[in-house]
Amino acid sequence: MTTDWRTGRKPQLIVLLSLLGAAAWWLVYRSLEPFASWFAFSLLGLSSGSPLGSAVAFFVFEAPKVLMLLALVVFGVGIVRSFFTPERTRRMLAGRRESAGNVLAALLGVVTPFCSCSAVPLFIGFVTTGVPLGVTFSFLISAPMVNEIALVLLFGLFGWKVAALYAGTGLVIAVAAGWIIGQLKLEHWVEGWVYQSGFGSAAASADAPLTWSERVEQGREAVRDIVGRVWPYVLAGIAVGAAIHGWVPQDFMASIMGKGAWWSVPLAVIIGVPMYSNAAGIIPIVQALLEKGAALGTVLAFMMSVIGLSLPETIILRKVLRPPLIATFVGVVAAGILVVGYVFNLVL
Amino acid sequence: MESRLIEILGSGCAKCEMLAKHAEQAAQELGLDYAVIKLKDPAVWARYGVMATPALVVDGQLKVQGRVLSAEKLKELIA
Repeated sequence: MTTDWRTGRKPQLIVLLSLLGAAAWWLVYRSLEPFASWFAFSLLGLSSGSPLGSAVAFFVFEAPKVLMLLALVVFGVGIVRSFFTPERTRRMLAGRRESAGNVLAALLGVVTPFCSCSAVPLFIGFVTTGVPLGVTFSFLISAPMVNEIALVLLFGLFGWKVAALYAGTGLVIAVAAGWIIGQLKLEHWVEGWVYQSGFGSAAASADAPLTWSERVEQGREAVRDIVGRVWPYVLAGIAVGAAIHGWVPQDFMASIMGKGAWWSVPLAVIIGVPMYSNAAGIIPIVQALLEKGAALGTVLAFMMSVIGLSLPETIILRKVLRPPLIATFVGVVAAGILVVGYVFNLVL
Repeated sequence: MESRLIEILGSGCAKCEMLAKHAEQAAQELGLDYAVIKLKDPAVWARYGVMATPALVVDGQLKVQGRVLSAEKLKELIA
């Protein structure tokens, strides 16, 4: 039996504990729905047809469900991400051509750990070491937009189809927008000092291979960090969703944000771009809109423009990009989101 | 007494402050003579090859980037 010298724990023990944990998770998850009905209708004695009854049952079911899904996925993604450091992604993208490079960058944007506060050093690291500008943008667009929190919440509340639609179209926008920016040859709108700054290779030394227990530890770290940060938004969001579920009349939004209103998609994007919220904060609004008759394309467009394009991120990027390039970036991505919104409203 | 130059690379965000605090605590517990400097210039980050902030540099060597480690773990990196 080998012992992991870094933690002193036996790998077999870790596997056994993980299996037990997974089984417990599944059992609790399966009993959430009967528990919620029992809690609202038997324990509290609410009527299942009443607004209050359906709101309470909704909240008691959805809140733990979404938090459990979030913890599980964030843990899994944390482990996956321990294989993809920004440094490694940079090496994979350096010297790539456009097209294939845009696709690879958009995909790596999903799995590479990224925080918009690190957009500047990441941008410098990419463009000074041979990653083409357009490929860099494909990464910078997909990384915030297609993220695990958005996908989990979409999956948990609306099912896998909406989650897959969101991820798929987000990737397409990242690939296309990055490709277009690359074709426009806008390198002269990057601040001059960026290309002059030498990029050190010291990073490789801090990039030593990890053991499995270190990866598991990174997964746990991600759960503590992300779930610890977003749970109040999730609860607040589900509370709003529950209230709407119970009280707001069906099809309330249909006339304003339904398929018939052609101007609803651009309006959703115009409102969404300057708004900044994490995925957890936006989902309740999305939930409310969808349930009351808003069209899916309009709602996806709204969500993408809130999460994918944000005012703080563009302000941060101003350090390395001249205003015309920022405007082009926002314009191209917003146009992509518009197209997605219209296409979904037409097709679905 | 051994001395260390501890550099924190970051924009001054909450995570950067936390990393600086943990690093300082680790250096104190190790009984080192140390100085903590916060570097907010992206051109300087690039020279260290940093692509995720906050990052920790000890005596000119990049130790960790994009993560806020506990003081306990930082001790191994700073010692």
